[in-house]
Order: sequence, then C-alpha cells, then structure tokens
Amino acid sequence: MKTFFKKHKPLTWFFLILWAIIVLFPFYWMVLTSLKEYGAYNAEYTPTFFTLSPTIENYIEAFTAVDLGRYLINTVIFTVITTALMIFVTILAAFAFARLQFSGKNILFTLFLALMMIPGELVVITNFQTITELNLRNTFTGLILPSVTSVFYIYLLRENFAQIPDSLYYAAKVDGTSDWRYLWKVMVPICMPTVVTITILKVIECWNLYIWPSLITDDPKYFLVSNGIQEIRESGFGRANIPAMMAAVVVISIPLIVLFLVYRKQIMSGVVRGGTKG
Amino acid sequence: MEKQNLKAFLYLLPAFLFLAVFMIYPLIDVFVYSVEEGYSSASQSFFGVGLYNYDYVLHDPYFSRALLNTFILVIVTVPLSTGLALLIAFALTRIEKVRSLFQTIYFLPYVTNTLAVGMVFMVLFKQTPYSEGFVNMLIHMFGGQGVDFIEGPYWAKMFVLCFYTIWIVMPFKILILTSALASVNPIYYSAAKVDGTRPWRIFYKITLPLISPSVFYLIITGFIGAFKAYSDAVALFGTNLNSAGMNTMVGYVFDMLYRDGGGYPSYASAAAIILFAIVLTITVINLMVSKKHVHYS
Repeated sequence: MKTFFKKHKPLTWFFLILWAIIVLFPFYWMVLTSLKEYGAYNAEYTPTFFTLSPTIENYIEAFTAVDLGRYLINTVIFTVITTALMIFVTILAAFAFARLQFSGKNILFTLFLALMMIPGELVVITNFQTITELNLRNTFTGLILPSVTSVFYIYLLRENFAQIPDSLYYAAKVDGTSDWRYLWKVMVPICMPTVVTITILKVIECWNLYIWPSLITDDPKYFLVSNGIQEIRESGFGRANIPAMMAAVVVISIPLIVLFLVYRKQIMSGVVRGGTKG
Repeated sequence: MEKQNLKAFLYLLPAFLFLAVFMIYPLIDVFVYSVEEGYSSASQSFFGVGLYNYDYVLHDPYFSRALLNTFILVIVTVPLSTGLALLIAFALTRIEKVRSLFQTIYFLPYVTNTLAVGMVFMVLFKQTPYSEGFVNMLIHMFGGQGVDFIEGPYWAKMFVLCFYTIWIVMPFKILILTSALASVNPIYYSAAKVDGTRPWRIFYKITLPLISPSVFYLIITGFIGAFKAYSDAVALFGTNLNSAGMNTMVGYVFDMLYRDGGGYPSYASAAAIILFAIVLTITVINLMVSKKHVHYS
C-alpha cells in the first residue's frame, strides 16, 4: 500500500484533501449559517455556500433569547472545580503509590488498576440514586462529586513519578525536607508535562460531558453547555431558528478549539498515551 | 525502609473516598438493584428477589430495537472507521509537506462537543418542505431521489448515525495509527527493498505485523466505544430516541432510569448488566483472536 500511494501521489493528495474537507465542512457550515440572516436563511430552498450580508444578530439572539451565557459560566465553574479537585486527589494518590512504603501496597495498586475496567455507565445508575437521595440534584456539588476521580490518570502520573530517581528523594531527606514539601516542590515540577496533559484531557472531558449532567439537572439554571444546546434544540428558539442555534454551537465550540490549537502537542501526545474515545 | 502506613493512608484517603462512594459501592449496588423486583423510584420498595427484571428487559420491544440499532452501529462503524483510519495514516506517511497541518485538521473532531456538532450534522442532513438541506442538494445534483435523513426512513437515519459516529471516532484512530507507523524502524523497509519484495508483500509481511498491536487496540476500544454509543444519537435525533426508533442500549438504560417513562432503576440496572455482559464477551473474544494474530516484538 505504501508504494501504491507513492506511485499515485496525486491520488494520495486527493484522498487526504477529501478527508480534510469532510472534517472541516461541518465547521464551515456552522459558521456560515450562524452569519446568515434569519429571513434570508429561511427563504433559500437550496442552501447557498456563502453570504454577502453577514450579520451578528444571531449571536445577540443566542445570548438574549436563551441563557447561553449562564450555560457557559456554569460549564466553566464545573470544569475548573472538577479538574482542580481531580488533579489534587490524583497527585496525592500517585505520590503514595510511587514513593511511600506501606503494607499491602501491591495488592491495593492491582485493585486500583482493576477499577479502570469498570465502565462508567454501570455505576451511573446508583450514583443517580445516591445524588437524588442526598437532595443534591440541580446543585454543583451533585454535578461535580461523581465526576472527580479518574483511576487512569492516577496510574499515568504514578508511572511518571516512579521514574524520578530515588537519589533525589534521599538527598531531600538528608536536607530535612518533608514528604509534603518534596512532593510539591520537586516531584510535581519535574512531572509538570504529565500534569498539564491530564489537566487538559480532563478539561476536554468536562466541557463535553453530557450524560451525567443530563440526569442530574433539569433546572436550566444548572445546565452545562451540552444540556443547554439540547434544550435550545428542543424548545429554545423554536425549532425553526437554525441560524441562532448555529451561533450557539459556534460559541460553545470555540473555547475547546482554541485550547486545542494552543496545546496541540500536549493534547495529541496525551491522547496517544492514554486517551480513549470511540 | 520503614513502613509509612499512616502517611500513605492519609495520602490515599481522598482518592479512596471518592472511589468507594462513586465507584465501588455503585458497582455492587447495580447488581442488587437488578434483582429487586418491582422497585421504582416512586415507591422506594420492592416485593421480591429474582430475575424478573432481566426477563422484562429482554422482552421489551424497545430493548430489542435498541439492541438491533447498537449491533448495526457496531458492525458498520468499527471495521469502516478502522480501515479508513489505516488508509489515511498510510497516506500521511507518504507526504512530508503540510503533514502536521493535516494531522491538526484530522484531530479537530476529538475536541468538539458531540452534542453541538451533532446539530450541525442534523442541519446538513435534514430535509424539510421549505429547505432541501445540503446533503439532499448534493443528491439532487447527481440526479438522485432526496430523502429526510433525520425523520425519514430507518436506513437513512441509520446512515447518518453511522456517518456521524465514524466522523467522531476517526481522530483517535488516525492519531494512534500514525504514531504506530512512525515507530516502525525504516531498516525493515530498506531490507525488503534490497530483496526486491513486492509492495503488497511488504505491507502484509512487515508493516501490518509491526503495527498489529495498535490495530487490535483500536478494534477492541472501538467495539467497546461503539457499544456505548448514545450522545451522538441524541445529538441527531433528540432525546426521545424510542419514538424515533433510534435508541441505543445505553440510551435505553438512561431512559429507564430517568427520562419519560423512567424511574425504574431496576430495569435500568438489568439492561446495563446485559450490555456489559455482551461487551465483556466480545472483548474476551477479541483478545483471544488478537493473541493468535498480533505480533508483539
């Protein structure tokens, strides 16, 4: 196949460009549609590929007719708190497994790894009941708590921590550094690339979370963007106002795309090491 | 070195608390729910223990529909997306200029919100009396008969669902295969060239065996992911998937738990356990097949 592509260079290019168009086209279409006037959009039976009179009225509509601003703020609050908690919990646990000596360490770590195989869908049912019984529906606490732990990230960071030479630890001990200080002043800075990677992956995960928030919130005041967009689709602008919906979609998509373009290398290498989707 | 039991306990405590409450306890509890007969969120009580919930779920036409939809989705998307990703990853190794630009573009769907972009696909594929939509415009241009892919016939809806699912999962697969191909030592190709090996033979005897661990990894995770499909269907067809006839197994679980006609955690649990019995079986089969065919260096 390699030589096949080599012999047919134009075909290779055609194929690659075709897939790039398939990937990019929906993005083009959402931006284009969001810039069309409501009346103009509805008047065209056959869609046009460009617009001569772009308008921002759809964006104004998206922020005024529905609570898009609130959904965004909610998602930011949820993402920041969940990710911060996750990082803190993960660093502590990874440190214990990588650095400390304690009874039953190996068995405990094996059990930990076994937890990685538990699918989220299986535990959501009871978590839903738990949060409902604690009266935490429609609260940030209820949204955040079950979303915090990621066994896989503990594993990833532990592997990274374990690579730090022991001699550094003993040197710090001789200098009288406490474990706590050693963790935050030496280990975390050394493993910063991994910490950054898992932070970004968690942010992406939080931003796109749909199932848990859709179960736990039915009050639009606590909707995250995914639920917000679903709500907009089903009752927000009236189903006909496609341009305003597309404006909302653009607003929701931009933060992650910007994050991706800035941290492209970390995100892609992080996904190679341990992302799963699909 | 002396033991640091107390200290280790304190460091592990936060993680352990979260895992115990939101993972280990629920895991046990889901089995308990699944055998409690007649339990509903409204009554908070049950009248017996047995396998009735499984029986109910297995005879529920909505469940059969969800099962069928999920199987079609898995059988169509896993081979297609893996094959296509393999092709694209190979094509990427053949170019040098702008390769990283292509890689960046191909990765974009990974960082998009499934619900949000799903709405764009809905707009592209939808046909209404007032607007034919982009895809139907293409079909008409080539002289075909238009069809509403969102509320039209079953095969059309299935087609969009598969198409969107593939679009969503491609970035991960392309990325994994690209990095697998990049790690193949070029010395093998040089050796094969010296021997005058034919291209197809090089592919079958060198490239494929060397990247086979990645390919099987993708097949295994692909099966698992496709069996759990849900939010892409919601994005395209709305939350009432049962009436659209497009529900998936995970969708069935959550509908039983919460949405209209919900409030039955026992049925939801039974359905979830059936789903994971299926996923586990298929994963084990996959692993057994991969032991035979995968080349681990």
